[in-house]
Amino acid sequence: MKRGYRHIKTRLAVIGAGIAGFAASIFALEKAIPVVQLGHTGAIAYTTGYLDLFGVSEAGIIDDPWAGLEQLRRTEPEHPLSRLANEDILTAFEIFTTVLSKMGIGYTVPGSENLHGLLPAGLIKPTLSVPATMLSGIKAMRRNEKTLIIDFEGLAGFSALEFKANFAGKWDQISTHKMSFPGLPSGQAYAETMARAIEVADTRQQLAEKIIQAVNGEKYVGLPAMLGMHEPDEVHADLERLTGLEIFEIPTIPPAVPGIRLREMFERVLPARGLVLEPQLKVKHVDFADQKVHLFLSGPLEDLEVEAETVILATGRFLSGGLNAGRNGLDENLLDLHVSQPPTRNDWYRLDYMDRRGHAINRAGIETDIDMRPLDVNGRPYSDRLFAAGAILAHQDWVRQRCGAGLAIATAYQAVEAAGRFLHG
Amino acid sequence: MIRTVETQVLIIGAGVTGTGIMRDLALRGIKCLLIDRQDLNAGASGGNHGLLHSGGRYASSDTETAAECRHESDLLKRLAPQCIDDCGGMFVAVDGDDPEFAENFPEACAKAGIECESLSIAEAKSREPQLSDKVFAAYAIPDATVDPFRLTLENVNHSMQLNGSSFMPHMQLTGFEVAQGMIKYANVLDTRNNESIRIAAEQFVNAAGCWAMNIAQMAGCDDVSLVYSKGTLIVSNTRITSGVVNRLRPPGDGDILVPGGTVSLLGTSSLTIDDPDNIHPSIDEVDRILSEGEAMLPVLGSSRFIRAFCGVRPLIRSAGSASDGRKASRGFSLFDHEDQGLGNFVTIAGGKLTTFRLMAEKTGDLVAARLGNDKGCQTATVPLPSGGVVHWSEPGLAARNWCKKADPSDLILCECEMVPQSSVDEILLQAPGAEDHMSLKAIALRSRIGKGACQGAFCSMRVTSYLYDRGVYEDNEGMLMMRDFVNERFKGIRPVLWDRQIPQMELAETLHCGMTGLDLVNKKDEPS
Ligand SMILES: Cc1cc2nc3c(=O)[nH]c(=O)nc-3n(C[C@H](O)[C@H](O)[C@H](O)COP(=O)(O)OP(=O)(O)OC[C@H]3O[C@@H](n4cnc5c(N)ncnc54)[C@H](O)[C@@H]3O)c2cc1C
Ligand SMILES: Cc1cc2nc3c(=O)[nH]c(=O)nc-3n(C[C@H](O)[C@H](O)[C@H](O)COP(=O)(O)OP(=O)(O)OC[C@H]3O[C@@H](n4cnc5c(N)ncnc54)[C@H](O)[C@@H]3O)c2cc1C
Repeated sequence: MKRGYRHIKTRLAVIGAGIAGFAASIFALEKAIPVVQLGHTGAIAYTTGYLDLFGVSEAGIIDDPWAGLEQLRRTEPEHPLSRLANEDILTAFEIFTTVLSKMGIGYTVPGSENLHGLLPAGLIKPTLSVPATMLSGIKAMRRNEKTLIIDFEGLAGFSALEFKANFAGKWDQISTHKMSFPGLPSGQAYAETMARAIEVADTRQQLAEKIIQAVNGEKYVGLPAMLGMHEPDEVHADLERLTGLEIFEIPTIPPAVPGIRLREMFERVLPARGLVLEPQLKVKHVDFADQKVHLFLSGPLEDLEVEAETVILATGRFLSGGLNAGRNGLDENLLDLHVSQPPTRNDWYRLDYMDRRGHAINRAGIETDIDMRPLDVNGRPYSDRLFAAGAILAHQDWVRQRCGAGLAIATAYQAVEAAGRFLHG
Repeated sequence: MIRTVETQVLIIGAGVTGTGIMRDLALRGIKCLLIDRQDLNAGASGGNHGLLHSGGRYASSDTETAAECRHESDLLKRLAPQCIDDCGGMFVAVDGDDPEFAENFPEACAKAGIECESLSIAEAKSREPQLSDKVFAAYAIPDATVDPFRLTLENVNHSMQLNGSSFMPHMQLTGFEVAQGMIKYANVLDTRNNESIRIAAEQFVNAAGCWAMNIAQMAGCDDVSLVYSKGTLIVSNTRITSGVVNRLRPPGDGDILVPGGTVSLLGTSSLTIDDPDNIHPSIDEVDRILSEGEAMLPVLGSSRFIRAFCGVRPLIRSAGSASDGRKASRGFSLFDHEDQGLGNFVTIAGGKLTTFRLMAEKTGDLVAARLGNDKGCQTATVPLPSGGVVHWSEPGLAARNWCKKADPSDLILCECEMVPQSSVDEILLQAPGAEDHMSLKAIALRSRIGKGACQGAFCSMRVTSYLYDRGVYEDNEGMLMMRDFVNERFKGIRPVLWDRQIPQMELAETLHCGMTGLDLVNKKDEPS
């Protein structure tokens, strides 16, 4: 069979299918910029589902992320979030969570304070916006409500007893219960399988009955995140109706439902809203000609060439393949962009893994100007048509600072604004 | 009132030497208590190359040590085959190495009684296809590899079965009480709860490896003088050669590649240090080992390494040896301390993993004679029995057993090495040194958990959850133990972080910090 060839023209091409890439596409669609998004989905399936803005500094947990960002602007002026205004970050967050909610996964409205998102092992994560299905757990913990935590036989890595033990002293009114998931054979179980199973009304009914039998005066019930894949809010509401209890989800270790849910929703809903999405292909090569950018991809049956006026690079870090760490240094994989990095391999990591100051390698990355255009060694933009967003950016440590989604959303917003100015200007 | 524990013989140090002495004495009917300030193989016995020396390595410089290795390795191959992979070995010289050294090698081996077969280059390359094109001389010798974890576990297991000798981990020797030329008590600290304990014994054996000099000094003896030589090794994620490959030249960095089950170990560097504690492998050492190793086996340059580790060799100081660890004696010394005015104290120091049995025999002879026991050493004839529960440290065994049993409710906790929860249960119940509040570290020591490609990222979380689920911990103790475990593992991972290990590390950090919050866990008395 002859290999096919396809050619697509667009005004904006987004490379990457993480939060930054999807956020960029969403912002472009909102501004009616024709957009093509390329990239196989990677890290997004790992997330807890929480959208963090800025949760932890070296001094500890941050309650008011907006004041925290003001502080950050003084201590870390190069941090990508330091270079954006609070109003713009808030606008970006609001558009993003509103669109998510409209598309089918309800998210809480970003407020003035961080929420204490629950983690599977019984600690908290300061975060700005959470899936609606997780909210009542945060409330229950804050008010020390009588709560039943349920875990499932066969689901490794989630233990109600662990959750309870680590909340001891802060949230004392927890009881635990282990049950089998209705209709699943005994043995290793996965949250993803449960999430798909519970979309069937009959399974939901059975689970509701088991929950009702398990409660003993508790008004709140926490479950590992598995309340449906496509319509979590409906599944959640129905289970609350069937049980008469306040039910909430707790994130689980990967592969986890909240991330898969986001990915599947993006892939299902965004194309219907006008996005041209090529979700399984990797961009192999990019060519900057005078007036256009050419992106080359090859699929199993055909070659694809995308001709774009502007490009947003949101290819993430090492895990997603945006950056590469050779024995002698770090580089950027697609365009060999200049990577700001520590002088030697010896400086990448500290000796103490859990050092609160974090590791220098996590602050390596692409440097940009205020318009999010990647800069070369001499501080000049690589191209007027190229913008970068998300975890690939230098001078941030999203893991330690709990700012992953916030960084991705806010910088994607800024990048789309700048690309829009270029296109219309 | 301070608690006193009584035993016939107290052995300090649960490495391969201490556990070997324990078994030697138990076979003579003498009851022992073995203590370690940490756990089994916390010292050099857990940080070595695992090469069961044929003696070839020492043939050119030290015929006596070479012959000793030859004899001991033969015995162990027969008596403890379950701990040994008799994979054979090779010495190769590459362009730039001294041709005369290579030429004299067969004769040096012959003097020590080591079989040495000269190989054509083509034959060497057909045995080990990864050898460099620059190899100009090659000899086959009967090297083998030994699993030191298995060996110590089996030693302890057998001793416990023989006569109820016992092992107490986390017991740190802090001093001795001496009266009339005899040690009456050893003072010991239980490092888990800071309880002080006294141990009364008839004989006291110091088998504390590179800490033996400190222990001897605690008893007022200044006759033990050691040089500390740090060695670093790196572990690849696949087995690169079928047998051991040695560089045919005077010992240097990165000149031995030893297979270890499904992986290979390249080493070692040799660095004289002042303090045997708080050591970690450095990036500098790793780079040096690797560039040397590449000369023999170019494939090492593009291999994936999953971990580095280091250990300290306690070498007996002899005249002129202070500055270079490699030139100090590799032999061992037995100190009866009688000229120091003590009648019931012995120190065994130096030596090698390969010669541990002989070291235990010599120590056992002295201790038994002092106790009036004339049963004689049995370890040269009685095979080391293969205990059940110690099996889990063997690579791949967990996977095989799990498939055999195929009980679907037996969840897999470690997916890289296929370790199911039932094997964690077994370790909790029966493994030597198991206690109620077993730490993740202790379980990892007794199993393959944390040794696979994910470097403990996922299994640390799954096993911790499982231990909570079983009610082992009731507060954040399990979380703190998980933090200790991943911190400890990181020391070994850090120097080999490049290429494909970086994404793995990035994911691990995201899971440990973002998903679990380990960077924010506090001990109750720690400031937040
Ligand atoms: C375990 C885990 C838990 C997390 N939990 C949270 C959380 O609780 N809260 C939070 O706010 N954030 C969380 N995050 C972070 C968040 O999901 C994002 O990873 C982060 O915000 C960075 O997003 P990004 O889009 O810049 O990069 P990534 O998410 O890494 O995405 C990069 C994308 O680029 C693609 N790509 C790379 N190279 C190419 C190429 N050549 N061609 C095409 N595509 C390419 C990759 O396939 C990938 O889809 C978590 C992440 C992980 C891994
Ligand atoms: C890098 C390296 C590579 C090597 N490679 C090989 C090889 O390939 N082949 C080979 O044959 N040999 C090899 N060796 C040598 C071999 O590892 C050692 O000779 C052997 O392991 C020594 O065992 P040991 O029991 O005497 O000492 P150790 O294993 O060091 O045991 C001493 C124990 O004493 C304990 N201890 C210390 N202080 C106290 C205290 N105050 N109270 C209680 N306990 C205490 C420690 O925790 C430790 O567990 C190598 C050594 C190194 C360092």
